[in-house]
Amino acid sequence: MKDRIKVALVGNPNTGKSSLFNHLTGLNQKVGNYPGVTVDKKQGLSTLSKMHEAIITDLPGTYSINPTSEDESIVFRTLFHKDVQEYPDVLVVVADIENLKRNLLLFSQIKDLEIPTVLVINMKDLMTKKGISIDVKLLEEELNTEVVLISARNVEGIDEVKDAIVKSHVAAKTAPMCHINHKIDSDYFAKLKEITSEYSLYQLWLMVTQNNFPQNIDPEVKQKLLDFRHDISQIRRYQNKETIYRYQEINKILKKVYLVDRSKATDARSKLDKVFTHKIGGYAIFFFILLLIFQSIFDWASVPMDFIDGIFADLSGWVSSVMDEGVLTSLIADGIIPGIGGVVIFIPQIAILFMFIAILEESGYMSRVVFLMDKIMRRFGLNGKSVIPLISGTACAIPAIMATRNISSWKERLITILVTPFTTCSARLPVYAILIALVIPETEVFGFLNLQGLVLLSLYALGFAAALIASYILHKTLKIKSKSFFVVELPDYKLPSPKNVMFDVIEKTKAFVLGAGKIILSLSIVLWFLASYGPGAYDDIEQEVSSQEQFSSLSVDQKEFQIASLKLEKSYIGILGKTIEPVIRPLGYDWKIGIALLTSFAAREVFVGTLATIYSVADDEENTIKERMASEINPRTGEKLFNLPVGMSLLIFYAFAMQCMATLAIVKRETKSWKWPLIQLFGMGALAYFLSFITYNIFV
Amino acid sequence: MHRNFEVLKTIASLQIGEVAYIAEEALDYIPLKLLEMGCLPGAEVRLIQIAPLKDPIYILVNGSHLAIRQATAKKISILKESFIDEG
Repeated sequence: MKDRIKVALVGNPNTGKSSLFNHLTGLNQKVGNYPGVTVDKKQGLSTLSKMHEAIITDLPGTYSINPTSEDESIVFRTLFHKDVQEYPDVLVVVADIENLKRNLLLFSQIKDLEIPTVLVINMKDLMTKKGISIDVKLLEEELNTEVVLISARNVEGIDEVKDAIVKSHVAAKTAPMCHINHKIDSDYFAKLKEITSEYSLYQLWLMVTQNNFPQNIDPEVKQKLLDFRHDISQIRRYQNKETIYRYQEINKILKKVYLVDRSKATDARSKLDKVFTHKIGGYAIFFFILLLIFQSIFDWASVPMDFIDGIFADLSGWVSSVMDEGVLTSLIADGIIPGIGGVVIFIPQIAILFMFIAILEESGYMSRVVFLMDKIMRRFGLNGKSVIPLISGTACAIPAIMATRNISSWKERLITILVTPFTTCSARLPVYAILIALVIPETEVFGFLNLQGLVLLSLYALGFAAALIASYILHKTLKIKSKSFFVVELPDYKLPSPKNVMFDVIEKTKAFVLGAGKIILSLSIVLWFLASYGPGAYDDIEQEVSSQEQFSSLSVDQKEFQIASLKLEKSYIGILGKTIEPVIRPLGYDWKIGIALLTSFAAREVFVGTLATIYSVADDEENTIKERMASEINPRTGEKLFNLPVGMSLLIFYAFAMQCMATLAIVKRETKSWKWPLIQLFGMGALAYFLSFITYNIFV
Repeated sequence: MHRNFEVLKTIASLQIGEVAYIAEEALDYIPLKLLEMGCLPGAEVRLIQIAPLKDPIYILVNGSHLAIRQATAKKISILKESFIDEG
């Protein structure tokens, strides 16, 4: 039995912390949740030596232990409370050689928490290029810590990191680096220290500054600490002084061990910055990259998506053919398999999109986009950082909403979460595709633009526009006070590591499959039940069709379709569709479309499949569905049901309605309340209804 | 050291490529997070780029390349090199 050490990785963003984590743990990773909070917890197992293994937690990147966002508060909570499950035996602080001074600020705070610490300095490979030299031995002495120089890019020094973790764990010695008391206000800190000897002075100071206390703290002690919080502005001043003092100590040490010869430094970044943040060119490049991403999502993803579609259809057919006819077969073949297929089919698009986003983030380009877009987004009540969720939303709103966690202003983050579902996600695409094919003629405008393509593009633009307008309205109406403080580091450009990109794509795709998958799957089972059972005479339909004269001329196949169609009409969901028909008639819809709308609340893409069942055609033959839909007659008017007004009205409905249970569940999780997802559901629903009504009446 | 109107200049008044030093008086006005990222009194600060719509701005301070908003930049007073020499 190996000795298992609990290790946590901390460090500034862009230091290569995730690369080190990937090297230490390989594919031995899992993503879980911290109890009570929403931030994902990345953990992995690593073999350190013959005697030791480590369970390594990768904490979110942070510049300081004093948190300003949801991401960063995880670091504070994990390292501050000795009773949390992740409280580490050994901490690994990852720094990068170029920004060592700033990285050491976090190190100094962590060192003062008195947890055994290893300092890993990454990007050793850049030393010559940047003209940097460092005396590691002396730094080790000065910091009283194991120091390891590595290159995560070239996989150098990983074993040394493992050794240092073991050594540091065995020695278990640690001492604070800075002594805040006598440098800032000795009387003030002497009084603070007098309160109790149970906690170190730095711990007491953090309780005062963060207003966060251990659960088992003596109430009397807590009250005394709370008394210190009367003068908040004094606390802020002392925190500032503390930071200055820490930097003084760090400078003293670095003067002895760290040398930069600026004449040797090459400057590629300023040249690249001039291009990427250029007044006009910067936006042009960003727009071009967006086009490239969308183009690839549609082109590259269509092949694997068709393939997946085929596999699940075959699987479903195969199950029906080998298993005995019955409820279980029907549940598996018509409920569970299409349900899983409905989730899996989106993996290619989502994976490709996340690959692009990971590459843009890893390369350092994404921060430039944030820089370019901040002012524009701010006019709408958003934040430069909202750009990333809004782009991700074109694949799937679920990971997009999770990507809002680094926005430190709660109001800006909340608005971003609320408006992200307006962006055209991949589930809307099959619905748009079939409706456009039905009602928009395949003509060309201006001689070269395909009208159908133009309508699709307009729907994407409409999604973004709706998101921006909605955020402007929310910005003006939501009465939430939250400090909007914005600072973004613009890291050096670097070639993205394929390994990191791959791990990122796997992690986010997994989050989608598990998050959305569970809900879509369970709802498909519910829908299957509602569509397969009905009250009263439901069971007699089969006999009726076989015995009735009007159906006697039909072939066996046609008869079966007729039975299925009638069965659906008499099923629970058919009854539901009929019930809501008066409500949706003003939009131009009949009860059959009503059923499709209802089932779409599980997930939008269910629309096509539901109509296929209703119009009793085999659902893998898209052309047949289209033909069948095209020939459907509205009994009230005697005209085609899917004419231009109905088609446009439906397109608008799907563009605006919040038809995704999985997204609602994620919004509940991220906002910690049912209030916001319900506002989304009803607000967007009302908007969709209203705008579809107008659209229908314009075109009719 | 002279204390005249020049001291009232802030990071927001820098031209692209211009270098200055953050004034000691700025300490109480710099947000903690910015201090922690290296934006310290006495540190050299260079304006690298201004975003196309004049906001945010992109500065280099103490080795950190940071984008901050004008509203924050206006709070941080600076000294020009010439004044330090005189003092």
